[in-house]
Amino acid sequence: MPIDIDLMRLARISETVMETSSVKTLVFKDRLGSKASAGQFLMVWIPRIEEIPMSVMVSRREGHAAVTVKKHGKGTTALFEMDVGDFIGLRGPYGNRFTISTEFTNVLLIGGGTGLVPLLRLAVNITRLNIRCTLIIGARTKDEVIFEEYARKFLSDGKGKVIVTTDDGSYGLKGTASDGMVKTIGEERYDCVYTCGPEIMMKKIFEISKEQSLPVQASLERYMKCGIGICGSCCIDRWLVCRDGTVFDSNQLSRMKEFGMAFRDKDGQKLQYK
Amino acid sequence: MKGEKQSDTLSVNVGPMRLRNPTMLASGILGISQDIFERLYNNNIGAIVTKSISVDPMKGYANPTIVPLGNKTYLNAVGLSNPGVFAFSHEIMRNKFVPIVVSLVGSSEKDFPKMISFLDSLNVIGYEINLSCPHVSKMGMEIGDDPEMVSLIIRTIKRHTRKPISVKIGIGSMDVVEISRVAVESGADMITAINTVRAMKIDVQSMIPVLSNVIGGLSGKAIKPIGIRCVYEISKVLNVPVIGCGGVSSWEDVVEYMIAGASAVQIGSILGNSDDTFFNRITSGLKRYLARKGIKNIGEIVGLAHRY
Ligand SMILES: Cc1cc2nc3c(=O)[nH]c(=O)nc-3n(C[C@H](O)[C@H](O)[C@H](O)COP(=O)(O)OP(=O)(O)OC[C@H]3O[C@@H](n4cnc5c(N)ncnc54)[C@H](O)[C@@H]3O)c2cc1C
Ligand SMILES: Cc1cc2nc3c(=O)[nH]c(=O)nc-3n(C[C@H](O)[C@H](O)[C@H](O)COP(=O)(O)O)c2cc1C
Repeated sequence: MPIDIDLMRLARISETVMETSSVKTLVFKDRLGSKASAGQFLMVWIPRIEEIPMSVMVSRREGHAAVTVKKHGKGTTALFEMDVGDFIGLRGPYGNRFTISTEFTNVLLIGGGTGLVPLLRLAVNITRLNIRCTLIIGARTKDEVIFEEYARKFLSDGKGKVIVTTDDGSYGLKGTASDGMVKTIGEERYDCVYTCGPEIMMKKIFEISKEQSLPVQASLERYMKCGIGICGSCCIDRWLVCRDGTVFDSNQLSRMKEFGMAFRDKDGQKLQYK
Repeated sequence: MKGEKQSDTLSVNVGPMRLRNPTMLASGILGISQDIFERLYNNNIGAIVTKSISVDPMKGYANPTIVPLGNKTYLNAVGLSNPGVFAFSHEIMRNKFVPIVVSLVGSSEKDFPKMISFLDSLNVIGYEINLSCPHVSKMGMEIGDDPEMVSLIIRTIKRHTRKPISVKIGIGSMDVVEISRVAVESGADMITAINTVRAMKIDVQSMIPVLSNVIGGLSGKAIKPIGIRCVYEISKVLNVPVIGCGGVSSWEDVVEYMIAGASAVQIGSILGNSDDTFFNRITSGLKRYLARKGIKNIGEIVGLAHRY
């Protein structure tokens, strides 16, 4: 019988990696999660505290999956504080995926914060198809740069390159991830731009890409409860991020009134991005 | 004029509401966004029932709020999270073509006229009064189990609107026929049956109840036979349209509810496992069934089970 991905399963955390003082990767054995596509997410249950959506991180171990969590509010702080031996519940993976055309020869990936998680998974797939890949890692400051070493390792040997930008210039290129983008698209021709991270950043990237007629795929976030298209909490315009997304293409993004403009909070009221 | 002929076989009158087909969105499913309502309507749903709206915004419970149990069955304790009537009236203000029924929830009869004053001038075809949410105290089922409160609320609402109202009932401590009778005698134009059924899920590995609220309401396939029974019992004795709800996942389920006595049928949890073609598949299944049976309009099957 096929396994029902909707039924919650428990997983024991087998390894943790501190990425920065507020970002931690939790590794656990989970066959379904280990096979997730880039852009998909798991609903992660922290017993008696919360259940939250988390992108699936590349698992370095066979049959294992991982999530990388940034400490934020109640749920993410509780998850961040979990250790080897603790249990979490899992549903999913849910959502669609980034798509890659075999005609691509060179692509650009731009991520900020934990938005880098699905992009790393994507970068692994892309390099396997012998497509060159540039990854821009955006951070506010040097201490918040994550996954640089890991990315540099598998984007070496002509497979691609890594550009780090920091808002305050404390490391890498000074400026935002989109400043990094402007620079690199002036130097190289790309077939597609993939992005995940703060929405204001993604909106900027979408606009720059539009001017250059570059196709974009963006993985969006909205407040989620069910993850399976029942509750409607994660709607953006006529789409549900959990089921129609998380990845949307240029055509869909250009038809969204709310992308980069508005989001709904836990009670469903629409708020404006500042 | 193929379109017109199609709508004729499936069009139904639900009291004063005329729908192009008997399918409706159940309250609380995809229920807060006008853009989503339009998408569903463009995908051939008959009408929309919104998330239950309260006077003030409600955040609801912490997650997990929705737990899939397998076999198209779900448990939820969302806690009536909703944006409140002010924000919601703005949401549907520009509604032009979607038949929208607004679901209302309140903790006292005074809440309802307040909400109606925001909504009554909008393009809304009726109200559904949620007196049966099984997992929020002082709202929903606690009221639905109190016949005097039910009567007071319905009479108050009827004084403030001329739009049709349906009272949504569930499995509480009172008999479903008796509480429906109280609602109808107080002025309800229709009954919607049923809401979710109080239920619970424990994870045996961690030995922990999964819902943050511990107890919630069961929906989906498992509750369909209960819904069918309630619709049958209510529609057999009360002379108002009954809207069936609970566990509908196919055109056959719609037919079953209608034979039991439902004039229209709501669809909820199952939409989680379906795509944009869902309502087209339901309506074409219904049309094929009616053609095979030589029935001209689907209304002819409503209550056929009452013979038994
Ligand atoms: C598809 C998807 C993938 C994600 N991947 C990651 C990831 O890999 N790593 C990571 O650290 N974070 C990720 N997030 C964000 C993460 O889910 C939220 O930060 C987390 O839910 C916040 O919970 P909290 O209790 O700590 O914060 P709260 O204090 O409750 O809220 C803080 C912020 O998080 C948002 N938020 C709260 N609950 C949810 C929820 N259930 N769904 C979505 N947003 C919520 C709130 O709107 C608010 O902006 C992802 C979100 C989505 C939708
Ligand atoms: C997530 C969720 C939220 C719900 N919220 C409401 C609500 O706000 N008001 C209401 O009257 N019913 C609510 N219900 C109950 C449904 O409208 C419906 O009565 C019930 O789910 C049975 O139908 P189904 O089996 O097709 O889902 C909710 C159900 C679910 C699953």
